[in-house]
Amino acid sequence: MLNIKCPYCGDRSQKEFAYGGDGTITRPKLNQEISDEEWDNFVYLRKSPRGKHIELWHHIAGCRQWFKVERDTTTHEIFRTFKPEEEF
Amino acid sequence: MQKYSVFSLIKNAFSNHEKWDLAWKDPTPKKEYDVVIIGGGGHGLATAYYLAKEHQITNVAVIEKGWIGGGNIGRNTTIIRSNFMYDDNARFNEFGMNLWRNMSQELNFNVMFSPRGIINLAHSDAQLNAYARRGNSMRLNGIDAVLLNREEVKKIIPMADFSDDVRYPIFGGLAQPSAGTARHDAVAWGYARQADSMGVDIIQNCEVTGFDIEAGKITGLRTSRGDIKSKKIGLCVAGSTNVLAEKLNMTLPIETHLLQACVSEPVKPVLDGVVTFGAGHFYISQSDKGEMVMGGDLDGYNSYAQKGNLPTIQHVLTGGVALFPFLSRLKMLRTWGGIMDMSMDGSPIIDKTHIDGLYLNCGWCYGGFKSVPSSGWTFAHTIAQDRVHELNEGFSLNRFSKGYLLDEKGLGTKTWIS
Repeated sequence: MLNIKCPYCGDRSQKEFAYGGDGTITRPKLNQEISDEEWDNFVYLRKSPRGKHIELWHHIAGCRQWFKVERDTTTHEIFRTFKPEEEF
Repeated sequence: MQKYSVFSLIKNAFSNHEKWDLAWKDPTPKKEYDVVIIGGGGHGLATAYYLAKEHQITNVAVIEKGWIGGGNIGRNTTIIRSNFMYDDNARFNEFGMNLWRNMSQELNFNVMFSPRGIINLAHSDAQLNAYARRGNSMRLNGIDAVLLNREEVKKIIPMADFSDDVRYPIFGGLAQPSAGTARHDAVAWGYARQADSMGVDIIQNCEVTGFDIEAGKITGLRTSRGDIKSKKIGLCVAGSTNVLAEKLNMTLPIETHLLQACVSEPVKPVLDGVVTFGAGHFYISQSDKGEMVMGGDLDGYNSYAQKGNLPTIQHVLTGGVALFPFLSRLKMLRTWGGIMDMSMDGSPIIDKTHIDGLYLNCGWCYGGFKSVPSSGWTFAHTIAQDRVHELNEGFSLNRFSKGYLLDEKGLGTKTWIS
């Protein structure tokens, strides 16, 4: 079982969280012409790397905050968890 | 090639079964092939077989990083069905059903195809209506679909919980009587043996490390056992698709996720066909050995681990016990996992790519096993003719950007909840 450190609440069991997918995807800017290719990249295309992956998680049975996790997709080792605004 | 029959069995009994021919050779890779298939699983081996049989292309190599049949072809729950609503999925898989029916004879290998039927259970009026709609679509495509009411379901699976106080009462179900199961390892071995006998090189323990592309054309690949030249390369690597796509500088509408399955200790025959729970992630069948074979949900986050975590097994079996209370008395014998190439609409991709001579076969989600023959057949056609067959033209790579999704379940792009 994964043990995920919510940046707001601390260490909790995986059962309290919901997954939110790739955390590196950014939505195309609003109020601008958006090409089909940009939409395709945003909606459908994913790197899904083997190894380090930055992803969104939702502490749905806790504080209900979204945050980001850097995790290895082969070993499930979690390197760090951080609030969205703390990114890099 | 030595033909398998009762006579060859008796003949070999006299020599203590020590003189059987090897089912396939262990060749050293040649410098050049007409076609190289990457991935020695069900889809890759079937593709090689149909390239040789249907298109007379026999200078073919199947490159496998591990051993053949060690990936998802040996990790699935062996269910074969064609109960799809959309035309592209229905026609493709019904074409495959016909290949399944003759497979043991065609491959001279007993794949133990057993058309014992599947029932998708409905637990509300709305769900039963949706199944009626799907059943009608199936029948329009010539697939046997039977809508069952509660009493008819009870006759088939009386051991399910039909009491009055259950959370998800059984309203009825949609059956496909011609669906069934097969022995998955035998499918890989049968295709491998026949492909090998027609001249295909099956190269195991050979990892692909890179590709050679010149002026938008594929010219070869680099492997842990040397460089190989080929003008046509087909990718059939399921959960490892994204790893190879990265080497090709491609980003695909695919995520790799882990799916688990489990079997119980063997018990006497209790369940005839395949049953899926309509109110949770759970499905079940009984193997010929008597084990209850069960599966359900993805672990729910990107994973290449090939082994899973306990919460998902608990979640799946909670649904199982709700449907079949007798399961709570059974011990689990083993659990295992495989990595799935989850596409963004739940349907596969069999297509050419923007690189000339590079062909893509991926996105099988939960349902790769049943599609082994139809995928191999259409992929072989796509590679040999350099154009898609009408059976796989709906499984295009650009359908996402064009908006022609094949979203069978209407679940959208969150692959981990589908």
